[in-house]
Amino acid sequence: MAYANAAFAALADPTRREVFERLAAGGKSVGELAQGLPVSRPAVSQHLKVLKEAGLVTQEAEGTRRVYHIDPNGLGALRAWLDQFWAQALEAFKAEAERQGEEGE
Amino acid sequence: MTGLIQPAPVRRSIDVKVSQKRAFEVFTGSIGAWWPRSHHIGGAEMKSITIEPREGGRWFETGEDGVECDWGRVLVWDPFGRLVLAWQIDAQFRFDPALTTEVELSFTPVGERQTRVELEHRNLDRFGDKAEQIRGQIGAPGGWTKVLEDYAGYSAD
Repeated sequence: MAYANAAFAALADPTRREVFERLAAGGKSVGELAQGLPVSRPAVSQHLKVLKEAGLVTQEAEGTRRVYHIDPNGLGALRAWLDQFWAQALEAFKAEAERQGEEGE
Repeated sequence: MTGLIQPAPVRRSIDVKVSQKRAFEVFTGSIGAWWPRSHHIGGAEMKSITIEPREGGRWFETGEDGVECDWGRVLVWDPFGRLVLAWQIDAQFRFDPALTTEVELSFTPVGERQTRVELEHRNLDRFGDKAEQIRGQIGAPGGWTKVLEDYAGYSAD
């Protein structure tokens, strides 16, 4: 599962992982998530923002509530992994290209 | 299906301090030198990676044991500005001939000996079958929880 593991860079923070695990059990609002967590609602919102940017969770409006879910297709994790992977690969490419320089021209 | 999410393509860009021609040459011809060695699919350690320089060419890895493993193929070979590769590696990092996602590279000169390399990895919805399996594991014993535990072990390494 090395491929999936690497998708979870956004989950390195233990509180964020806790938020994600709670969402894995079912959709929840920020208020519901904050209950029982030793952090403030704004902090929970901040964690959700990071998880959303990583493509790991999505947000839906249910009436006046905003409910967060983990990506139901599981593609978010894959996408997050690829995004991180290509960033790393391109950095490595740049380093090699600049190391080789214009030799061979 | 309700709630179907079309994942956006992954887009990345980097500026490299070499000419467009050189950037293209190193990307394709020296891929074995820069590719992160932790990411390969063969059973043995990776010895080299080859992108055959033509449309329809193979993209494959050669292991230290001499075994070749396909990764995909060349869809567009347009030196020195554009390259499109078929990425046929699934979510378990195995070659799957039935899966084709596209990785497009463009190489644009942005100054003397400076090139912008833009990457787009698209058709990510085609990973859908595998994603379906992942979804089936959500909430199941050993599902996401197991993945997260694995992750915690991985990041602690």
